[in-house]
Amino acid sequence: MVPLLRVTNLAVEFSTYGGIVHAVRGVDFELEEGQTLAIVGESGCGKSVTVQSMMGLTPMPPGRLVSGSAQFRGEEILGRRKIHGKEIRGAEIGMIFQDPMTSLNPTMTIGDQIAEPLQVHRGMSRRKALKEATELLELTKIPEAAKRSKQYPFEFSGGMLQRAMIAMAIACKPSILIADEPTTALDVTIQAQILDLLQDIQREIGMAIILITHDLGVVARVADEVAVMYAGKVVEFGKVDDIFYRSAHPYTVGLRAAMPVNDPSRNHVLSPIEGSPPDLFAPPAGCGYCSRCPEAMEVCATEAPPTKVLDAGHTSSCWLQQDGAPHPENLFFNEERL
Amino acid sequence: MTATDLLLEIQHLKKYFAMGSGQYVHAVDDVSLDIFQREIVGLVGESGSGKSTFGKTILGLHSKTAGKIFYRGEALPTKYKTSDYRRFSSRMQMIFQDPYSSLNPRMTVGEIVGEGVRLNKTFELTEIRDRVASWLERVGLQADHMSRYPHEFSGGQRQRIGIARALILEPEFVVCDEPISALDVSVQAQVVNLMGELKQSMGLTLLFIAHDLSMVRYVSDRMAVMYLGSLMEVGAADDLYFKPMHPYTEVLVGSNPEPDPAGERTRLSTSIQGEIPSPVNVPAGCRFANRCPKVMDVCRLDTPKLIAINGADREVACHLYG
Repeated sequence: MVPLLRVTNLAVEFSTYGGIVHAVRGVDFELEEGQTLAIVGESGCGKSVTVQSMMGLTPMPPGRLVSGSAQFRGEEILGRRKIHGKEIRGAEIGMIFQDPMTSLNPTMTIGDQIAEPLQVHRGMSRRKALKEATELLELTKIPEAAKRSKQYPFEFSGGMLQRAMIAMAIACKPSILIADEPTTALDVTIQAQILDLLQDIQREIGMAIILITHDLGVVARVADEVAVMYAGKVVEFGKVDDIFYRSAHPYTVGLRAAMPVNDPSRNHVLSPIEGSPPDLFAPPAGCGYCSRCPEAMEVCATEAPPTKVLDAGHTSSCWLQQDGAPHPENLFFNEERL
Repeated sequence: MTATDLLLEIQHLKKYFAMGSGQYVHAVDDVSLDIFQREIVGLVGESGSGKSTFGKTILGLHSKTAGKIFYRGEALPTKYKTSDYRRFSSRMQMIFQDPYSSLNPRMTVGEIVGEGVRLNKTFELTEIRDRVASWLERVGLQADHMSRYPHEFSGGQRQRIGIARALILEPEFVVCDEPISALDVSVQAQVVNLMGELKQSMGLTLLFIAHDLSMVRYVSDRMAVMYLGSLMEVGAADDLYFKPMHPYTEVLVGSNPEPDPAGERTRLSTSIQGEIPSPVNVPAGCRFANRCPKVMDVCRLDTPKLIAINGADREVACHLYG
């Protein structure tokens, strides 16, 4: 079966004064209809560039697409604006951003901003689009939607703005919603509301979600599948349970050990990942995680590990899981080792 | 803990900001809290609840509207003069949230870290240099980073510079205002562990302000929950997190997603409607009443006081108790 979205070997680089930054260095993943895929990793690992280049949102130049393809229902979307006469951006794929304060236009009313995609992509009249915008605000559970739609962004709180952004992104009922750190700037109580809202809307209109985040708690709460990124590559991919209970890549294990676990029966001590991510001006020849990895071997410094399928839908790129690795018990890092 | 271990005694502290036309932002409204020597008190709450203002008012970075603070029994001035800052800055310091905007980009790291020593102590220049060098090494940087500028460092390294700047005067009490929220998960643990080590070796007392509940629980001995300028609940960190009593604490803990997918699937959603109200026109009665899932009639009329439950281990401000 053709997946909703299949990204293969995507690589993007940027030329800057300091040289060429190899931001994304060969990313593969698949997304099925109605599923939630979380992309996790620390800042600068290429999460945002991956989805932005897919959407045609990276400025080129300075950006450059080195290789790769992204197929939406089997059709190539990289470098194209339309498929089957429909715009990809806004109509087929919606997007919400981390900071709702700076992503909305301060000089337009909220209603007009939500109506805009409807006018552009659906050819609605302004009047009809505004009416629909009010309904969308109701769908995102904004009280007094009719009054609110006539207000400007400065009159909204952060959580309300994020709801308005969601209303705008889902206006054309996209098949995929990309949410780039949608709750990072919000309080936990508001975060819980927004995550619940996203899941409600997902059920209602049956869209898939790509959620970019660095918070493993959020991942555990909403994701079906998880792609763990490090230094511009997906180092581990799997179902959410594979990633949390059968972590294979040392980076995934490291991330989990660096977070406090709220279990009163366990006296857990945080073990940080020492060092910092590699310089992507000159990415390492071998595995990107090599310099910080507690399990690093000689081969890791010189040769990039191939991707190995561990289980149906669970892959990891680490030499420890290759045939002939010295520690076969390292195939999975189970709960006790954390 | 006995009264002799008491480091800071905060009594009915208020901080209002005038907005003109007779209106005031009630940022901190009648907060009383005791902080004992060598403990870490975690302060949590949503943004806009007055956590940072509380921390800054303790240090005199804001003048007090009302209330008193005693430091080892000595009352701190209501409004600090230059000489007061000089007297207290070597005992009380602050680590700021944003490691990008809290370091002067035109000063070298050596100047930033050494400034406090230069102003407060009568040391020779070479001795200041030696101290800065040893502190940079103590926080995990290198002595020769002294001549570099802040932009040459990553977020985690900058936060280490901020820690060195705060601790070089060897204070007793440090307010850490969201010291890790701008950092990546892997780096957060590095900074938290560093602060734990320094707390042990220097006998520090910390007020740790953050909104990441799991991290605050992990770091703190005691935890205080703040909402709209008032304390809702105070207690031992684990006890408060795993057995919350105040409905607001329940909501906060319940909204905090855990890195455990199986647990998350079975957990009931505890999210509450609405957002934190404006601190300008504070409603009568309990501040949390209009969002509280367990609200009663009395809550809208009467402001509950922080009362001790189970001896003195736990204090809760809610009409459900007492």
